Amino acid sequence: MPDTGPTAGERFIQGIIPENPVLRQLLGLCPTLAVTGAMAPAMTMVGATAFVLIMANIIVALIRPLLKPHLRILVFTLTIATFVTIADRFLAAFMPGMSELLGPYVPLIIVNCMIISRCEICASKQSLPTAVADAFGVSLGFLIALGAVAGVREILGTGQFFGITLLGKGFPGWVLMIMPPGAFITLGLLLGLVNWNDQRKKKTAA
Amino acid sequence: MSEPAPAQADPPKPQLHVAPSPHLASTATTGGMMLDVLIGLLPVTVMAAYYFGLHALIQVGICVGSCMIFELMFNAMRGKPASILDGSAAVAGAILGLSMPWNAPWYAGVVGSLVAMGIGKIIFGGLGQNIFNPAMVGRTFVMISFSVSIGSAAYVVHDAPMEVVTQASPLSVAKEAAGAADLPGLWALFIGNVNGSLGETCSLACIIGGLWMVLRRSAAWRTPAGSVLGLAVISLIAQLIDPQSLTMLQHLVGGAFLFGAFFIATDPVTSPVTPRGQWIFGIGYGVLVFLIRQYSAYPEGVAFAILLMNALTPLINRWTIPTPVGGPAPALVKK
Repeated sequence: MPDTGPTAGERFIQGIIPENPVLRQLLGLCPTLAVTGAMAPAMTMVGATAFVLIMANIIVALIRPLLKPHLRILVFTLTIATFVTIADRFLAAFMPGMSELLGPYVPLIIVNCMIISRCEICASKQSLPTAVADAFGVSLGFLIALGAVAGVREILGTGQFFGITLLGKGFPGWVLMIMPPGAFITLGLLLGLVNWNDQRKKKTAA
Repeated sequence: MSEPAPAQADPPKPQLHVAPSPHLASTATTGGMMLDVLIGLLPVTVMAAYYFGLHALIQVGICVGSCMIFELMFNAMRGKPASILDGSAAVAGAILGLSMPWNAPWYAGVVGSLVAMGIGKIIFGGLGQNIFNPAMVGRTFVMISFSVSIGSAAYVVHDAPMEVVTQASPLSVAKEAAGAADLPGLWALFIGNVNGSLGETCSLACIIGGLWMVLRRSAAWRTPAGSVLGLAVISLIAQLIDPQSLTMLQHLVGGAFLFGAFFIATDPVTSPVTPRGQWIFGIGYGVLVFLIRQYSAYPEGVAFAILLMNALTPLINRWTIPTPVGGPAPALVKK
């Protein structure tokens, strides 16, 4: 299969901001909303998702000559599920507290559309180095998005960042920000900010 | 809008003046309506100051001031003309301030104003575009965020200078004691000699201010009428089934129900514009207040009831388009 499409470098750069999975493609919103109450669980989630994404992209890129068009989604899902199980068991074994905190959201990485879309768009069509670069780029994009949401929510909600008190003892936490409505408000404002920046760039370019 | 002036370059003066409709112009302006609301809120504020002293005025002042500052700031950020002079920010601030407990910390008012103006109003496009009542968005945000300092337990201060606040607010009493026997008398509830949020305690002042707004046509009379009807009927049924629960009159004059019915539910932006819709909105508000008071963990449900009905308002508007004179209801415009 010939490797036509963006090069590895382009894939890597595109995944970070121009095609950011959360902020541009609105994929992977479930973990973005659910586990961003604080930085620590959000970063653990990013780590687990990045591991699954990179490994799935590697495997899919390696077996892409064998893929049959009508069976490919099934193969993607099984590949992803394998690595999600590894990640889930790893967390349960070595970070039991975090595993309990994340609850069902680690197994739910299986249905994270961000990963299957990368398998479909990039890994099943392009060579191994490109697929790996793509996975790293998208993972970085996911890191930026989750870090932004979780950072705002943790700082406003508790006055802390990674559990380190940032705003002093007297700061009254805005408890709502670490509750589900805070996730929607923060993500909404963040998407608005990204869109506003896009429009501004278009205007200056035109 | 008045009729357009006839073109000046036209030498023969028209015998018959022809102009497109509308031919009658209303003198009502946003600023005038908001001024009416502020005047309507005056009795409530005065009574709050009477019962809670300077605390009430400081609280309302903080909220009004910060609402206006945030409105100015957000308008500047959006590059829109400042809409501060229409008074809507002042009204939202006054309602927010009056819905706070007397001892709420200053930052509760400021954060509430920030959320009310930013997330409640400006982000939707400013006055007239917002789905939810800004003051209630802010109030709910701070109520959940700072539940320790302005939740229902925070109302009671035993060594306070005002005697009123040494008792729990009536609806909290009803919630915790699971009975209405310990409540203050109906007269005390009516004139407001009980603990509670600043503006809600004095039902009499709410009724006076509300009647002013209704008579000035700055508030639709159907909304409060429907609210009273809805709450009265459902709480009467509950009273007949379970005599231990709050009576109908206690439901009506206790808590923030009347304050909400007259000043918040009648917000022209977030309540229906059709007559039938206003009845539905009011009744829904009354029923929801009862349900939340009776069956939720919160003693009072006015803010939630208003927000829930706000969410239904576009639907109610669509369903209750009145039949114009001489014809069937127009078909909904398909986009």
